[in-house]
Amino acid sequence: MNSLYRPTRIMSLPATAAVAALLAGCAATPVEQPKPPAPVVERPAPAAAPAPAPAPAPVARIDVAPKPIDPLTDPKSLLVQRSVFFDFDKYVIKPEFVPMVEAHGTFLVANRGRSIVIEGHADERGSREYNLALGQRRADAVKSRLGLLGVPAARVETVSFGEERPRATGQTEEAWAQNRRADIVYR
Amino acid sequence: MTLTVEPRGAARWLLHALFAALLALVALDAARAQLRVEVTGVGSDQFPLAVASFQREAQLPEPVDEIIRANLQRAGLFRLVDPGGEALATDARVDHGQWKARGANALVVGSVARLPDGRFDVRFRLWDTVKQAQLDAASFTASTAELRLSAHRISDRIHQSLTGERGVFATRIAYVVAQGRNAFELQIADADGGNAQTALRSREPIMSPTWSPDGTQLAYVSFETGKPVVYVHTLATGQRRAAANFRGSNSAPAWSPDGRLLAVALTLSGTTQIYTIDAQRPSTPRRLTNSGAIDTEPVWSADGRLIYFTSDRGGSPQIYRMAPDGSAVQRITFNGDYAVSPRISPDGRTLAFVARRNGRFQVHTLDLASGAEIAITDTVADESPSFAPNGRLLLYATEFNGRGILASASTDARVRTRLSGPVGDVREPTWGPFIP
Repeated sequence: MNSLYRPTRIMSLPATAAVAALLAGCAATPVEQPKPPAPVVERPAPAAAPAPAPAPAPVARIDVAPKPIDPLTDPKSLLVQRSVFFDFDKYVIKPEFVPMVEAHGTFLVANRGRSIVIEGHADERGSREYNLALGQRRADAVKSRLGLLGVPAARVETVSFGEERPRATGQTEEAWAQNRRADIVYR
Repeated sequence: MTLTVEPRGAARWLLHALFAALLALVALDAARAQLRVEVTGVGSDQFPLAVASFQREAQLPEPVDEIIRANLQRAGLFRLVDPGGEALATDARVDHGQWKARGANALVVGSVARLPDGRFDVRFRLWDTVKQAQLDAASFTASTAELRLSAHRISDRIHQSLTGERGVFATRIAYVVAQGRNAFELQIADADGGNAQTALRSREPIMSPTWSPDGTQLAYVSFETGKPVVYVHTLATGQRRAAANFRGSNSAPAWSPDGRLLAVALTLSGTTQIYTIDAQRPSTPRRLTNSGAIDTEPVWSADGRLIYFTSDRGGSPQIYRMAPDGSAVQRITFNGDYAVSPRISPDGRTLAFVARRNGRFQVHTLDLASGAEIAITDTVADESPSFAPNGRLLLYATEFNGRGILASASTDARVRTRLSGPVGDVREPTWGPFIP
């Protein structure tokens, strides 16, 4: 029955965003720009995008087998870890993150229907443009490691947000360390 | 020597001027978007001049005389002598000896009068009090909306007369204001931060705005589609076009001096490399760098012969340059392990960039002939330097009291000015060209 309501929710979120964007555009007083800016499409937050069920469970069958645990959400699995953290101005995967990246590689090789986006990030220090390129290199470093494990490049997209989407705010080494990362996002 | 804007001695008039200017700004409907100006350093061998209060009605929409004073103060080349409160008419007889005795080697007088059609007659006269001779005089007819511009044009003429160099007061700047994580605005303002207008509003980040050489368009990077795409935005019409929207990341736009090409950073080959594309039409990118390392932040020299850029091909980000076809690559910076965001002065002699030294990120200038390098700021989180079109000042982004603000510094590091907005983080400044 959940499935009856779900589509509405999926559709309503981007629609709300579009209306909000339009309203924002109308409220603007862009003297230089008589027309309101083109409605800005909100990128759906990862949480709002419902993860497609790996395989629809057979319905109305006599099946007493226990429900299989989803390894992506199993807290005991390395796969619940999705962030690789980096040193300042570096894009080398540190040894402590190798097992986690390899676990995702193994999972992706075994689950051909799954694909991912790797989002690269940088801390706020230094140039925004250089940080954008740095975030790209971080995402690409994870992608190439997965490639070595046999994950086809076509199933791994990379995008960098540079320093534009910090996870932690504040001018401390702690916050910066949180922001120098590549996030693995399952589609 | 540092002079802070506090009620101390000779600076008191300036505080009054700034306070009045601030009140005037607050009174404006667009006050939310205005930047506040604060001068934080002053040199010693500057030209002493006085700008007498203009003969004008009290409730003028724009305090023309105060705008002129603030402009000249910010330029770093002048020392403003207290003119007293009395207004002097443009054609009033001037007691040169008295002004000379006050320490002013030049005197500006002027007036603003409302015309029957609602516009204003703005006029000024610049006197050399030593030679007791007129240096310049002019009159302008300005609508209310043009009053600030007339103050900037007068400031430019004073600058030209006294220094022999063109002033940049009538130019414009663009920058990005971030209000929280989901509200970004691309704004355009007068060079003093006044008259701010919003060109684009987005829920996603905007970065790297840069003016076309003729000042009619801005190229910038927007994340509105979920990834970095380069747009070209025509300011008069508000029309915008995705100029670089290729697979992967599209960023770091830089105009060729003739306005025909954009150098951009693309990830078509994997890592970020520099390409050129047509600025006005769809085109196939032409690859300029082939390093396998990060190559980004291209910027053309004014003569079009060189492209400066950032690369980490040597193991750390440093500034390099190359011919516009990608040949003759040469490393330019060697000190330290982090040099980014190259900008080249209009005369091609000075490179500005951001360097990390002892954990501080500061705008530096490098004299390309002598190799002399200096930090021109006293802040620690500088970004995005941008030369004024006359090469005298650098505008940059920095942090002050935990917020992103804009600042400008004279290229000789003597004078610094802060421009802070009332809310939000101000960042990614870019100084526009001279307007004919």
